[in-house]
Amino acid sequence: MTDTRGPQAGEDAEGGAGGRDAEGGADAVGAAGGEGTVAGTPARRRGAPRGGPLARLGEARHLGLVAALVLLALVGLVTRPENFATASNLVSILSLAATIGVITVGMTFVIIGGGIDLSVGAIMALASVWATTLATQSYGPFVMVVCAVLVGTGAGLVNGLLIAYGRLVPFIATLAMLVAARGLAQRMSDRRTQLVQQGNEAIVELSTTRVLGLPLLVYVFALVVAAGWVLLNRTTFGRRTYAVGGNPEAARLAGIDVRRHTVLLYALSGLCCGIAAVLIMARTTTGSSTHGDLYELDAIAAVIIGGTLLTGGRGSIIGSILGLLIFTLITNLFILNGLNTSDQLIAKGLIIVVAVLLQRRGLRSPT
Amino acid sequence: MSGDTPLLLMRGIVKQFPGVRALDGVDLEVRRGEVHCLLGQNGAGKSTLIKILSGAHQPDEGVIALAGEETRLATPTAAIRAGISTIYQELDLVDGLSVAENVFLGHERTRFGFVRSREADRAAHALLTRLGHPEIRPSTEVGRLSPAAQQVVSMARALSRDTRLIIMDEPSAALAHDEVANLFRIVRELTGQGVAVVYISHRLEEIREIGDRVTVLKDGRTAAVGLPARTTPTAQIVSLMTGRAVEYVFPPRRPRTGAALSGPAAPEVLRVEGLTAPGAFADVSFTVRAGEIVGLAGLVGSGRSEIVEAVYGARRASGSVVLDGRRLGRGGTTTAVRLGMGLAPEERKAQALLLDQSVARNITLAGLGRYSRFGWLDRRREGAKARELIATLGIRPADPDRPVRTLSGGNQQKAVLARWLVGDRRLLLLDEPTRGVDVGARAELYAVIRELADTGIGVLLVSSEVPEVLGLADRVLVVREGRIIHESDARDLDEHRVLDMIMEGSTL
Repeated sequence: MTDTRGPQAGEDAEGGAGGRDAEGGADAVGAAGGEGTVAGTPARRRGAPRGGPLARLGEARHLGLVAALVLLALVGLVTRPENFATASNLVSILSLAATIGVITVGMTFVIIGGGIDLSVGAIMALASVWATTLATQSYGPFVMVVCAVLVGTGAGLVNGLLIAYGRLVPFIATLAMLVAARGLAQRMSDRRTQLVQQGNEAIVELSTTRVLGLPLLVYVFALVVAAGWVLLNRTTFGRRTYAVGGNPEAARLAGIDVRRHTVLLYALSGLCCGIAAVLIMARTTTGSSTHGDLYELDAIAAVIIGGTLLTGGRGSIIGSILGLLIFTLITNLFILNGLNTSDQLIAKGLIIVVAVLLQRRGLRSPT
Repeated sequence: MSGDTPLLLMRGIVKQFPGVRALDGVDLEVRRGEVHCLLGQNGAGKSTLIKILSGAHQPDEGVIALAGEETRLATPTAAIRAGISTIYQELDLVDGLSVAENVFLGHERTRFGFVRSREADRAAHALLTRLGHPEIRPSTEVGRLSPAAQQVVSMARALSRDTRLIIMDEPSAALAHDEVANLFRIVRELTGQGVAVVYISHRLEEIREIGDRVTVLKDGRTAAVGLPARTTPTAQIVSLMTGRAVEYVFPPRRPRTGAALSGPAAPEVLRVEGLTAPGAFADVSFTVRAGEIVGLAGLVGSGRSEIVEAVYGARRASGSVVLDGRRLGRGGTTTAVRLGMGLAPEERKAQALLLDQSVARNITLAGLGRYSRFGWLDRRREGAKARELIATLGIRPADPDRPVRTLSGGNQQKAVLARWLVGDRRLLLLDEPTRGVDVGARAELYAVIRELADTGIGVLLVSSEVPEVLGLADRVLVVREGRIIHESDARDLDEHRVLDMIMEGSTL
């Protein structure tokens, strides 16, 4: 499809001019100075010395999200002063955020890499069911965890292979996985909720044991976020993820194995779903095919609110987590104030739209 | 018919883009019922002129008159209303719609807002019959048609709007030989009905066959107006197209490369044998030695870019590619890069750069493995290397954190070159390295490329600008229609001869 641009930019005078056109008016001074002369270059070079505004913008965007969080917290403090700022409420917010939060980390990678994963909720449900079958449970809690993680990673791997080598559009491949994984989960569990058996309470202790007042699963969440941040910002894998999502053709021509990388991204998302499955087993003491319904939408919304471009190539883990916390806080405020869940959904929808509109404005001005 | 008033008259057309004067006083005169050919090298201004005629660009100065009446073509719609239709190189049809729907796209036959598809089908059929293709069914989906048939649909669309003038931009580029004959038949029928055609092609033999008169553009000016297409000698046309207003400054070649040509002094870096990709190029064989710049000269569409992509593993082809004695398998670009190749692709922005990311990150993209241990980036070393390369290549501004989007074309290209100076490169493939780069920056790029070669890297250079190939390369391969038709030392060739070979296939 890039072909359409090729031949039309074929004549380099025009191609160059068009390109510079798009690069903004700051060059105009330089261009006028060098009009029609060979010595146009030195004049142009002086134009537009804007250093690293993009980096600062990134932080500014996070600042907006933090401000939104603070605002929501203030609303909580004002409307429910007696309930909001309590330890138990904060713990419940964080526990609620932990499960989707882990999924959101994987989703952030996939979306920065130029894809989308609709199957996260279904994969988590499948992993929770598979890990709580009587057969799996007979091997003890450790095997249950390993099973959940493997099932999640395996399903993600299938997604990745279908997309990278089967050349399916990510939307379609993961939509198929969404439907199929939930179906398989229903089949395995016979649509019954499977309880974590006696002797395997170690899993449940993730939510009941507290360190410094916070349940262990919050620490798991924090650990996954930290690992995700490091992977995205400090490793070649993260750097390549931005490249693959930002310009797959350039990445390929730079020698990056784009297809292998794509497989790894979806496997990573699956792995996160597996970890999330462990967390939801801990919180609910069950494995069920109904777990994680519509989690994919919450995760995608959190990523988008966090400023990650849905077209890929730009975004951050911190943003996604802030986006998720905003969502969770809204849920919490609505519940505390005894408001209708339908209103809550309307509010969330509005927030997505407003967040994206604000970000677009922020993006447009400096570039 | 108002006697001898030309259908289209353009006088003194000037179009200025930031930094480039694309058109600098162009005249064009097209008569009713003639095929008027527009000739010129890449960058001569043909595309800009077409865009002005189709209403996409506005001229800064100059007059356009249609049938004696001065006209402003303010928008594409205005141009269409004035009876000017353009058939672009890349056909602008909607694949998922039917033939008839495409023909009447934008001016659908409707009654009370409902499309009258029966009538549209009938009208489309009439137009297709007029073009000599009654066999194309109006209800067929356009995506299922051959390129040749799609072109006919494009022409039907042009005719459906009362067209007086059709502009065809390289219409034969996508066509097989017998399809070209059919195209010519249609062109003759159109002109027989009084429609004028502005025909753009690089192929001189086509112009001789179909053209009535020729206008030659050079560096944004008219070099000659209304030459007879059949009788003007090739030598005259070629010399009108060549000879530039701006002299390029090329770095000197090392004296020893001449000797290396005759005797195998320098080791062979690349050996390509029998490389074939059906439909793109066939039986391509050549070598590149260490420290040597080999230029591929040829037209857009001659297969030169495809050859480079195949060597790099980015495109499937049969035959063998041997780098430093090791044969490249099917590993694709990853293997090519690992073994020491680097590519600066034709479309810098679309194929090479991560525009929103910093200069430093763009530079280190292909060599990330060098700054990491077990995947963990050593960002200090990475930053230091990026700064070093920015200084070596003189990338300006010398700010590693600046988004690469904000750099000028020449500096963006340097960033792409810098990417391949990380690690042991053996061979660089440069596809149109100076496209969109202004003249001053070109000289710098040429110097950089020559310095790279002097360090012992082999360079394969593709350019559609013949002077660039002749000035920069040590050895030149001339590509025409997917085959290498000539090979010699760059100093034994001149622009005339190469252009002649490129356009006519003859070696004079």
